[in-house]
Amino acid sequence: MRIAELVMAVVMAVFSVYLMWKSAELPIGWLPGEGPGGGAFPFWLSLGMLVCCVAIILRWVAKASPLSQSTVPYMTPETVKRFLLVAGSLTAMIALIHVIGVYGAVPLFLVFYVRFLGRHSWTKAGALAACTPVAMFFFFEIALTKTLPKGFTEPLFYPLYDIFL
Amino acid sequence: MEVFALLIDGFVIAFQPLNLMMVIAGVVVGLFIGAMPGLGSVNGVAILLPLTFLVPPTSAIIFLAAIYYGAMYGGAISSIMLGIPGASTAVATTFDGRPLALKGLADKALVAAATASFVGGTISIVLFTLFALPLAEVALAFGPPETFALMVLAFATFVGLGGDDILKTLFSIFIGLVFSTVGLDIISGQPRLIFGDLTGFYHGINFLVLAIGIYGIGEMLWTIEVSQGEVLMSKATVSFRRVFDNLKELWFSARTMVMGSFLGYFVGILPAAGATPGSLIAYGVAKTMAKDPETYGKGNVDGVVAPEAANNAASTGSMLPMLTLGIPGSPTTAVLLGGMVIWGLEPGPLVFVDHPDFVWGLIASLYVANLFALLINISFIPAFIWVLKLPFTILAPIIFVLCVIGGYVPTQDMHDVWLMLIFGVVGYLMRKLDYPMAPAVLAIVLGPLAEPALRQSLIGSQGDVMIFFERPISGTIMVFAIFFLVLPLAKVAKNRRKRRDSR
Amino acid sequence: MKYLRRLMLAGLGLTLTLAMGVISAPGDATAQGWEPKKPVEFVIMAGKGGGADRLARFIQGIIEKQNLSSKPFVPINKGGGSGAEALRYLKDHAGDPHVIMATLNSYYTTPLRNTGLGVDIATFTPITRLAEDTFQLWVTTDSGIKSVDEYVKAVKAAGPGNWKMGGTGKGQEDSLVTSMLEKKFGLKFTYVPYKGGGTVAKELIGKHIESTVNNPSEQAGFWEAGKSVPLASFTPKGKLKGRFGNIPTFEELGYGSDMVYYMQRSIIAPQGIDKEVQAFYVGVFDKVYKSDEWQNYLKTKGLIPGWLTGQALTDYFVAEREAHRAMLKEAGEIK
Repeated sequence: MRIAELVMAVVMAVFSVYLMWKSAELPIGWLPGEGPGGGAFPFWLSLGMLVCCVAIILRWVAKASPLSQSTVPYMTPETVKRFLLVAGSLTAMIALIHVIGVYGAVPLFLVFYVRFLGRHSWTKAGALAACTPVAMFFFFEIALTKTLPKGFTEPLFYPLYDIFL
Repeated sequence: MEVFALLIDGFVIAFQPLNLMMVIAGVVVGLFIGAMPGLGSVNGVAILLPLTFLVPPTSAIIFLAAIYYGAMYGGAISSIMLGIPGASTAVATTFDGRPLALKGLADKALVAAATASFVGGTISIVLFTLFALPLAEVALAFGPPETFALMVLAFATFVGLGGDDILKTLFSIFIGLVFSTVGLDIISGQPRLIFGDLTGFYHGINFLVLAIGIYGIGEMLWTIEVSQGEVLMSKATVSFRRVFDNLKELWFSARTMVMGSFLGYFVGILPAAGATPGSLIAYGVAKTMAKDPETYGKGNVDGVVAPEAANNAASTGSMLPMLTLGIPGSPTTAVLLGGMVIWGLEPGPLVFVDHPDFVWGLIASLYVANLFALLINISFIPAFIWVLKLPFTILAPIIFVLCVIGGYVPTQDMHDVWLMLIFGVVGYLMRKLDYPMAPAVLAIVLGPLAEPALRQSLIGSQGDVMIFFERPISGTIMVFAIFFLVLPLAKVAKNRRKRRDSR
Repeated sequence: MKYLRRLMLAGLGLTLTLAMGVISAPGDATAQGWEPKKPVEFVIMAGKGGGADRLARFIQGIIEKQNLSSKPFVPINKGGGSGAEALRYLKDHAGDPHVIMATLNSYYTTPLRNTGLGVDIATFTPITRLAEDTFQLWVTTDSGIKSVDEYVKAVKAAGPGNWKMGGTGKGQEDSLVTSMLEKKFGLKFTYVPYKGGGTVAKELIGKHIESTVNNPSEQAGFWEAGKSVPLASFTPKGKLKGRFGNIPTFEELGYGSDMVYYMQRSIIAPQGIDKEVQAFYVGVFDKVYKSDEWQNYLKTKGLIPGWLTGQALTDYFVAEREAHRAMLKEAGEIK
């Protein structure tokens, strides 16, 4: 926990410096007769972030907070594994949406999660993976006419649109 | 009393079979749209707007108003069950609704939310019926300085929110406010903080992206770690007896309910504000005024009651400036307003005179919609509880999928889905280090209202800060804001003195 | 009850799909020419609830009501960066027959102010111009000001920078019209930007600002209620009809014919779409334009009818872009 606390504060401090630099593209000062400029709000708030981070770092150096003394590990190896599996499969699903679309990526994700992470039966995983896209299609695309991304599977849906729309 | 005669005429219109059907259909559709993370009342109303050309305008607006109401009820459902606020109006409901659900008291929270919504809705419609026109004047008197003062008040009531670590709470507020400025600076007309020149940042960082990221993905990751993936989502049970008992217990929350309703209504009628600040202020005030503020955020029923009463009251309230001034008080009423224009009704000061059947039909149908929303909502509670009892390894992937779709649908841009994933993962990593997340979500909601109001005021006063204190309304609100800032500090000081004395 | 039919069909379809797995495509080649194969994305260059959004949703309503397209037109708001997001989206969808966009004047100003976008509007496929929206100079009735002369006197009496003019964001239409006024009469306003025209109208009635240059539709309700007065219209003589036609124009009042400014309401498509696709959309909007609903809307909202299509429309866009380049330079917004 001790190391993680420091790393997070440093990363966030760097991020706030970047935000300050980015905000400074617009005037950050007080324009006479007009009040703060366009970059002022984000700039001074990012400075506030930076001050908080620096204070957290100083507190860490002085060992003045519970987390800066904590010896509990930030993540146990077991947690890391679980986190990587879940977050990784989620990332993979979102990336796949670009290629094979929602109707390809979502069933794959559901099968992976329910069958391999959840260790449920193939029947359950398959049923869920089959029903979810159908329900999604009728709720979003037909009832609400909100098109979902389909990647290269797009032409497969033309006949469905012809029938239902 | 002319008002009552008009209202009775209105009820005659509302009870026509077609209109009654519209109310019921609208409430059910709204309930489901509202319960989906990512879809709120504004989506529901916007999507279904063109479909209303098939019926007369009065029936059409009744349908849309019923969707609006249904969605306001529905927003609480995903806040309580999944911990993901379905819309910005339901953010405050997660603070106590989620802990209640985790304790196995989801049914209690759902009953409380539905009842509070009903009370808030009813009180506000009565106020609407009696004082629509004089209140329109109040709405007009609200300019940028008043709006800014109100935002200060909203922040002030929230000082106590978040963790014990003041540095990390401040950090969270700051980062939320900075994210709220991404996109276009309307005052100078310049784009700002367009990271990596990605076009997706031009529309700013949508509140929903941060909220679904943190409360949806982040919260799920957290639950997976804490539970090690084994336990059930919730040990909730439900029976009619429990629902009945829950209703009886709510009597103790009556005071909070009434307070939330009035507060929500008055914030709701202000053109810029709408239901979100209304529900946040109501939560903050309820907490500050409570005898046991330390139980808030840990599953206090009053913490569900206050924002839910307020957001329903505010949604009625925001119809007032729409009807009387033609000015929408919230994005949803903006779309409703567009609908009225399409139907050939000119909203504005004369609509009450020129189209009394339309206005009073709408008002009467709000009473009816409110009642049906309550009944339909309560009767669906067992179904919601059943969903919560699904094994976590089945529920979790479904929630992830809902998050991804919910992040995509409002803007139809994959950019927002990626952003949501990043917020979720980083939010989870930060939460493990006790960074509170709620202040960031509040900041991103209130920031876009506060900053332009501040700068418009200062342009108007040519840079003179005293404008916020000199004008009677904004001055008064500022005094309240300072009071709410000082009150918690005074309480702390008093407690300390007490402790010292007793030693 | 098209929607109900659709819902029922959806329910039926759900059962069918579950039962049979896959449904084969029926031949639907009745109509000649191109027809959309999926819902058409109707991109709006502005956020929800504004004038452009309402107009686009109104048009969508007409298309739906009159059944003008076999697939629905689905509005998507891409208002980010004054429409920068929408313009880039159209550029990235070159050749996509299922995307069209409703434009307003940020169609010219945004690419001029934001050259990094790399968008050249002359490359997009023109569909049609449906109307031109107009601007008037508005004050509150309580101000007692009844003519442009009195107005100019009042602003001068207040002193430079002490008169608050409200409008939409800097560099957008309202601010350009405001600088026209400043230049013509030698005035200096304090310009307060708000998010949308509706808010601007309300702020005037609440007396938080002292004058506006709203579109007629934004102030009409307050005008009827006797809360605000239009002093003059930024249109050429005799162009506006109906109740708005009685408002004097700047030209009639003898301030020259250069005091004219319009907001165009057009539909465009990405570059590189087929001729048949273009013809399909022109056909749809032709029917929209001729519908009673649209003609009525033009009349009650004080818009000027303005059907224009094909190369003539592109020429019009290019000419207007150059006019805006000059105006933005004048206002000091671009170099």
